[in-house]
Amino acid sequence: MRQSFDEISAQLKGRHRKSARLKWMSMGALGLAGLFLVFFFTDMLIKGLPAFQQAQIQVQVDYNEMAQELPLAAVEEEMRPLVSRGYLRLIPGRMEKNPDLLGTTRMEWVLADGQVDQYLKGHHSNLSGSEQSVVDELADNGRAELKFNTTFFTRGDSKMPELAGIASAAMGTVMTLLVTLVVAFPIGVMTAVYLEEFAPDNRFTQIIEININNLAAIPSILFGLLGLAIFINFFGVPRSSPLVGGLTLALMTLPVIIISTRTALRSVPEDIRHAAFGVGCSRWQVVRDHVLPVSMPGIMTGSIIGLAQAMGETAPLIIVGMVAFIPDVSATVTEAATVLPAQIFTWAGEPDRAFTEKTAGGILVLLTILITLNATAVVLRKKFERRW
Amino acid sequence: MDMKVADRGVTMSGHETGQPVTRNEQANHELSIRVRDLNLWYGETQALKNINIDVFQKDITALIGPSGCGKSTFLRCLNRMNDLIPSVKLEGLIEMDGRNVNEVKMDEVALRRRVGMVFQKPNPFPKSIFENVAYAPRMHDLVSRKADQDELVEQALRDAGLWNEVKDKLHEPGTSLSGGQQQRLCIARAIAVQPDVILMDEPTSALDPISTATIEDLMDKLKQQFTIITVTHNMQQAARVADYTAFFHLGEIVEYNDTKTMFANPHTKKAEDYITGRYG
Repeated sequence: MRQSFDEISAQLKGRHRKSARLKWMSMGALGLAGLFLVFFFTDMLIKGLPAFQQAQIQVQVDYNEMAQELPLAAVEEEMRPLVSRGYLRLIPGRMEKNPDLLGTTRMEWVLADGQVDQYLKGHHSNLSGSEQSVVDELADNGRAELKFNTTFFTRGDSKMPELAGIASAAMGTVMTLLVTLVVAFPIGVMTAVYLEEFAPDNRFTQIIEININNLAAIPSILFGLLGLAIFINFFGVPRSSPLVGGLTLALMTLPVIIISTRTALRSVPEDIRHAAFGVGCSRWQVVRDHVLPVSMPGIMTGSIIGLAQAMGETAPLIIVGMVAFIPDVSATVTEAATVLPAQIFTWAGEPDRAFTEKTAGGILVLLTILITLNATAVVLRKKFERRW
Repeated sequence: MDMKVADRGVTMSGHETGQPVTRNEQANHELSIRVRDLNLWYGETQALKNINIDVFQKDITALIGPSGCGKSTFLRCLNRMNDLIPSVKLEGLIEMDGRNVNEVKMDEVALRRRVGMVFQKPNPFPKSIFENVAYAPRMHDLVSRKADQDELVEQALRDAGLWNEVKDKLHEPGTSLSGGQQQRLCIARAIAVQPDVILMDEPTSALDPISTATIEDLMDKLKQQFTIITVTHNMQQAARVADYTAFFHLGEIVEYNDTKTMFANPHTKKAEDYITGRYG
């Protein structure tokens, strides 16, 4: 039965309509996802960027004898509620260190109270009417300004929003991830090498494989319970420390590293193994000299992504006590510390509204680091991918 | 109905004719590999049946036969590459230097040091040309000083007929070479450890005719130093390069003969049919 082109075209109309509809639907889905992303980033940027600026005011500081005992005495009375108490506290110490200051009076830019900061940024503040007019006057005279907030990056947590920073959390994250990396990377890679290159394919290894895949899908809070039971209760690792946090996250990251390493090993062509066996390599030499070098970019990419995942994890760390108020930057892995997402979580729960922008600012920092890590993974893969 | 011919032990299975197929005695040739009653199974499937063959030193022995006849499987028995396949089960004797290569005490790494292999698809290591050749000798502690290593690499590349083409780019990746050059690099890699035997598994099947001719010339030179066993699908190639030819069919050696006789006057009907192109 022969059909003319017109007849065939007529039948095709419905099919073309269907595929066009599907195309528009998928483009719509993509658009919606993009819209959410844009909305999220815009919201975070609008809320978070002000956190990188902090109000400072210029006041006359009078280093008199009384100030040694009562720091408030160093500042004029009407300015007292406007200056950060955190700044005032430092005055006696500075005078002790530098005795020449005694008896002098200087105009200084000092950190303003969190409420002044909020008022200058146009947010709700608890300043009284008279205090507001003083701030207005200072601002008119150029004596109250929003300046870059170095405190946010150099100090730990504080109950005073103008003094709260992410330094201790950032340090805690670095140490925790180092512990995770040192524990999870070698164990994960060696496990994968054993399973992929050495282990016989029998019931036992199949069960191990299934369990590893299941581990990767376990809710992370359970790893926290495991960490609590094993590391804190059994081995007596100090609570809240980067050591216990890192070990717990290592448990969580292990399956990710094992799975990605196995994938990378499996993608190495059999030819290379045969060539190596053919010249008389032992199994270990085949792996060390030929298989691992070729699969390294894949292994590193998987591990970095696993670490990035661990970095954003909060739930298991709640259980091992790393969601805590840590004002000082800790120096060792056994001191109490907190991590970036836990810090964000803590700030999000603060009643003071000035912490809202700190929360968003912390999220921006965390996102920046995560994006950098993932970009590093991509760059590493591209750079070391061999063109064989 | 396998039969063994005395003393030099050349064995043949004349299934077609019922006659033992003999091979010309080569008084000046030393035995390299002696195979007796070799049977091999992949799981339940028997791939090699009662293989008996003697391979002589500094000869080229070609294994021919239709696809799936077991010739590559047999080749891989000789350096125990089949160990890598868990389902393989093997019985019988493969003797080299008075030792059964399959005995428990035999280290397969030591065996592969003396029995090199060139594969069907050129598979240089993803390393530099220099490293491809220098890697194995260094691993086996054949060279320690840098100068010795350079000399050995040059010698191996010269013997493989590749030196003039690559001497100016020794540190470029081995995979940057053409297919034929890559295969010669693989041969250089195999001969760099001075093995006794080189196994070649269809070494030219992925190459163009000119590269094939180069490799064939090379094989002819290499047999001064090495015993070569090659699998080939190319009948003319077997006729051109091989001193002896074994015809495999359905896992058995149907005929093993010197190449001239095999191609001019095969003793078995099956071999004749295959060689003249009736099947295969």
